[in-house]
Amino acid sequence: MANTMQFDLVSPERSLASLEATAVQIPGADGDMTAMPDHAPTITTLRPGLLKVESPEGSSEYLVTGGFAQINGDSLSVLAEKAIPVAEVTRSHLDDMIAEARASHEAAKGGDDQTIVDDAAKLLADMEALGTHMSL
Amino acid sequence: MPNLKDLKNRIESVKSTRKITKAMQMVAAAKLRRAQESAEASRPYAARFNAVMTGLAASVGGSDSAPKLLRGTGSDDVHLLVVMTAERGLCGGFNSNIAKLARAKAYELQAKGKTVKILTVGKKGRDAIKRDYGDLFVGHVDLSEVKRLGYTNAQDIAKDVLSRFDGGEFDVATIFYSKFVNVVTQIPTAQQVIPASFEDDASGDDSGAIFDYEPSEEAILADLLPKGVATAIFSALLENGASEQGARMSAMDNATRNAGEMIDKLTIQYNRSRQAVITNELIEIISGAEAL
Repeated sequence: MANTMQFDLVSPERSLASLEATAVQIPGADGDMTAMPDHAPTITTLRPGLLKVESPEGSSEYLVTGGFAQINGDSLSVLAEKAIPVAEVTRSHLDDMIAEARASHEAAKGGDDQTIVDDAAKLLADMEALGTHMSL
Repeated sequence: MPNLKDLKNRIESVKSTRKITKAMQMVAAAKLRRAQESAEASRPYAARFNAVMTGLAASVGGSDSAPKLLRGTGSDDVHLLVVMTAERGLCGGFNSNIAKLARAKAYELQAKGKTVKILTVGKKGRDAIKRDYGDLFVGHVDLSEVKRLGYTNAQDIAKDVLSRFDGGEFDVATIFYSKFVNVVTQIPTAQQVIPASFEDDASGDDSGAIFDYEPSEEAILADLLPKGVATAIFSALLENGASEQGARMSAMDNATRNAGEMIDKLTIQYNRSRQAVITNELIEIISGAEAL
């Protein structure tokens, strides 16, 4: 059994990481999951959250929003609309994201589709929880 | 026969034009490198995205429950043309080629009795199409303030397009942009983004794998399709950016060379006239001396 897998993290603007990883914790839409080598092929969408990468060289964390992850057993690709290494995340990044989530929540409230309102509310809560978690 | 002073002024003016075009060429070359880099950086994302979408669309696409963005609205009466051009001119045929393609498409659609709506991105394309199809404009996106194209710019355009789609304003959306091949070749391209069509250009290495989907395939597809529109627009914007600089670079290279030729020609003319003037003066002096 291989004990590492090829991990790629790409955003539309650039490729952020491409390395051999032993485990990657993915903030999936239905809950966090950790992908390790020989994981069953899976495609999952992401919710805004932290992506934790464990590799023989050490671990790293990225803040990701919307997108999806494709697990292939021997490789894992994460395509995030926005991905920022945690070290570079500042309060203002988060404020922007929270403001955006809040705006979409407000916009959704006007409509009558309850699921959209719930989704937006959840997104907002996720964002705020993230801020607390990172103690910014 | 223009006199010497006129010629001299003319040469000076062409020389300063050459300086300007040369400078523009070098600026375009520098910008081109940056634009090309960002276009290349965005490719892995677009390629993987399309690979996954192709698989998803193939498995869900046939059913009636497929999202509207993939299936279409069931008719194709109203077309939205998103014409993406540059904010600045002086880049050869770049803007006019895109505008020409869009105009031809608009003409063709109207001939078939379809309704055409046009959304322009970039000032130059808007100006070029205004005369013929100005009454079809439904909106304009101004990118002149944008220093460096980001994904958010594409997201904003996609959001605009998608809200119009949700509002039932159109059935089919096509984007027009210029594909960057190399500095001298840019191909004006029309690409349909709604309903989405995914070309099977992926290497197909993962076509054999059967994936688990979390949440369901449909939910993923519904979530990703709007992002697909943004991704398509983003890569089109980047291709356009590289094409614009490439076109400007070769146009300015031509202009510089033409200016150089012009200067040579004028200089010869100037020297000849000067020679003629001197000869003339000599003749006058000699004949004056002889007359004494």
